Amino acid sequence: MVQLTLPKNSQLVEGKVWPKPEGANRLTEYRIYRWNPDDGVNPHVDTYYVDRDDCGPMVLDGLIYIKNTIDPTLTFRRSCREGICGSCAMNIDGTNTLACLKSMDDVTAKSVNVYPLPHMPVVKDLVPDLTQFYAQHASVEPWLHTQTPSPEKEWPQARADREKLDGLYECILCACCSTSCPSYWWNGDRYLGPAALLQAYRWLIDSRDEATGDRLDDLEDPFRLYRCHTIMNCAKACPKGLNPAKAIAEIKKMMVARQF
Amino acid sequence: MSGPSNSSMLTPRRRVAGLGSARSGTGHFWLQRVTALANVPLVLLSLAIIICVAGEDHGFVLEVLGNPVVAIILLLTLLSVVFHMRLGMQIVIEDYVHAEGCKVLCLIANTFFTVAVGCAGAFAILKISFGG
Repeated sequence: MVQLTLPKNSQLVEGKVWPKPEGANRLTEYRIYRWNPDDGVNPHVDTYYVDRDDCGPMVLDGLIYIKNTIDPTLTFRRSCREGICGSCAMNIDGTNTLACLKSMDDVTAKSVNVYPLPHMPVVKDLVPDLTQFYAQHASVEPWLHTQTPSPEKEWPQARADREKLDGLYECILCACCSTSCPSYWWNGDRYLGPAALLQAYRWLIDSRDEATGDRLDDLEDPFRLYRCHTIMNCAKACPKGLNPAKAIAEIKKMMVARQF
Repeated sequence: MSGPSNSSMLTPRRRVAGLGSARSGTGHFWLQRVTALANVPLVLLSLAIIICVAGEDHGFVLEVLGNPVVAIILLLTLLSVVFHMRLGMQIVIEDYVHAEGCKVLCLIANTFFTVAVGCAGAFAILKISFGG
């Protein structure tokens, strides 16, 4: 059966409350998931206080403040700090999003609750292991497939056909969508998940690609594609405002269309 | 069945590849939509029939069900609903039952249950309709 409770060594316990920064007037409370594979201790939620007058407005700014001034052992991924690299995807205030795009002021709870992306193996603290996620993306072969010999210059594409890729090519593979999907939680070993399927659709409707049929063959599977039950968490979570659920629905329509 | 082994030495791509694409699922997807569409008018008509006979005496109910149009509507509703039920239940089993043996047994039991319910219902409607 699907696992609905956490194993004993994964159950969350209350962690340490770190001292408030001295002389701070405006404080924001952070409650952050901590887990270290080396100390044998259960994952715990540590409490920190961020001095808002000494820190930028985004949740990521707060995390960097904590790492720099309070607790250097706090581990998380970040790079561009402007929503283009997808590194700082995590679960903030109950929703998967990018820490760099989420303002502390938009958090609805009393404290800023930060957890790693759900249902992924944790490497340390807020860093999930995305190996499987990347392998699923690679499995849809997200590059141009052609039989026709390459033209001397580029493969031409009509402006209207190029516009069909809008809302698809912008995906930054942050994994917010796939890790928000219950179908992906229960069957992530076989269901490709919204991110990989969005990219699959991006190549299915690319006017230059000549492997549409093969791509559809590879996707036509009760688990790879049809585990999507249109729950729509993916579209709600996507920090780039994309709609993977719609892309998956379009793939299903293509599957039906080629039957008749 | 996701692959030949759970060995940690499998590459991630091998793990994702599993046994390859089953090249099926579209039929299931399509039939679930078609039966859902059929269910809308059929269930509404069946409800209308039930409301008409509610509170009436036994003889009247037998007379109504003896009408071929009524009996055929009820039979079609039964057929469409049990088909839809089996397809939906299959999805639930595949979603939540992960042990291979148990999953296959559940899927078989699902089919048997659906056929049994369908046959029992059809037999009851036909028996009443043909004058029991």
